[in-house]
Amino acid sequence: MKIKVNGKEQILDKDSISVKELLNVSKVEKPDMVSVQLNGEFVKKEDYSNTSVKESDEVDFLYFMGGGNN
Amino acid sequence: MNFSEEQLERYSRHIILAEVGVKGQEKIMQAKVLIIGVGGLGSPAALYLAAAGCGTIGLVDGDCVEVSNLQRQVIHFTPDIGKPKVISAKEKIEKINPEVKVNTYKERVFARNITDIIKDYDFIIDGTDNFPAKFLINDACVFSKKPFSHGGILKFDGQTMTYLPKISACYRCVFGTLPPKGAVPSCSQAGILGAIAGMLGTIQAAEALKYFVQKGELLTNRLLIFDALNMNFRTVKVRKNPECPVCGDKPTITKLIDQEQPACDLRKK
Ligand SMILES: [Zn+2]
Repeated sequence: MKIKVNGKEQILDKDSISVKELLNVSKVEKPDMVSVQLNGEFVKKEDYSNTSVKESDEVDFLYFMGGGNN
Repeated sequence: MNFSEEQLERYSRHIILAEVGVKGQEKIMQAKVLIIGVGGLGSPAALYLAAAGCGTIGLVDGDCVEVSNLQRQVIHFTPDIGKPKVISAKEKIEKINPEVKVNTYKERVFARNITDIIKDYDFIIDGTDNFPAKFLINDACVFSKKPFSHGGILKFDGQTMTYLPKISACYRCVFGTLPPKGAVPSCSQAGILGAIAGMLGTIQAAEALKYFVQKGELLTNRLLIFDALNMNFRTVKVRKNPECPVCGDKPTITKLIDQEQPACDLRKK
């Protein structure tokens, strides 16, 4: 299937993948430091294993970014 | 409002813009903007908003200028080391544009003071460095129905979005709750290229100005993300989350709270 991860097209040789697996495959080192959006919708952390990403879905891993003041 | 000769001259490059004009400049001159955190993001934002002629600029920061700030906090100069950041910034703003009224709050924002600080302002710029403050600013702006600009930077990356009460996704709609302790890299571990703070802070200032003149599209329901190392920009569509703990259908957060999390251990070393 073809999906988009962080705006980039990716081809995976399966029909569906859980958000949890995708975080793994995408080598997100600190899953705690990202917020996951599936087709623009927020996915709760406790739903990572039971939320599946399918053909033409768009997934964004948005990093928590502080910075600024100090 | 009648513009003086000097004002017409000073703001001529704004006034000549069809989207701003005399009316838009008037709105800017009546606007009250609050900058929380006069550091990497707040410095450039304050400089541009002052130059633009914002009527009132509020500055909130409890810290004093340190030598390690000068690499990116461009409103503070070397002789300012040791001076409260809000005072250092006020002095520069008054030199850039004596017409701007500056209010200073030499304190950090907490659940107990934030509502009172933001209440007189039209637009808030989040230039803070830590997540408890970011979530607090979000919640306070949701409760007080104030628009604000979120900004975050890390190494070579930046992100920003604008919140409009009721209309658009809030910070919690996208980021939920505080990241767990220990997951957040400290400033000393992460680092930041100074110019990136400038890029982001000026985007936040531009959003405030667009909000005041009511022209164009704000960064609402979109998170702008850039990676300056490769100089890629993209916007990610985000949505108001019906399950958002603060602005959703059944909010679980109904009052402001102070959450604890070590922000940056650089200073303590
Ligand atoms: Zn929300």
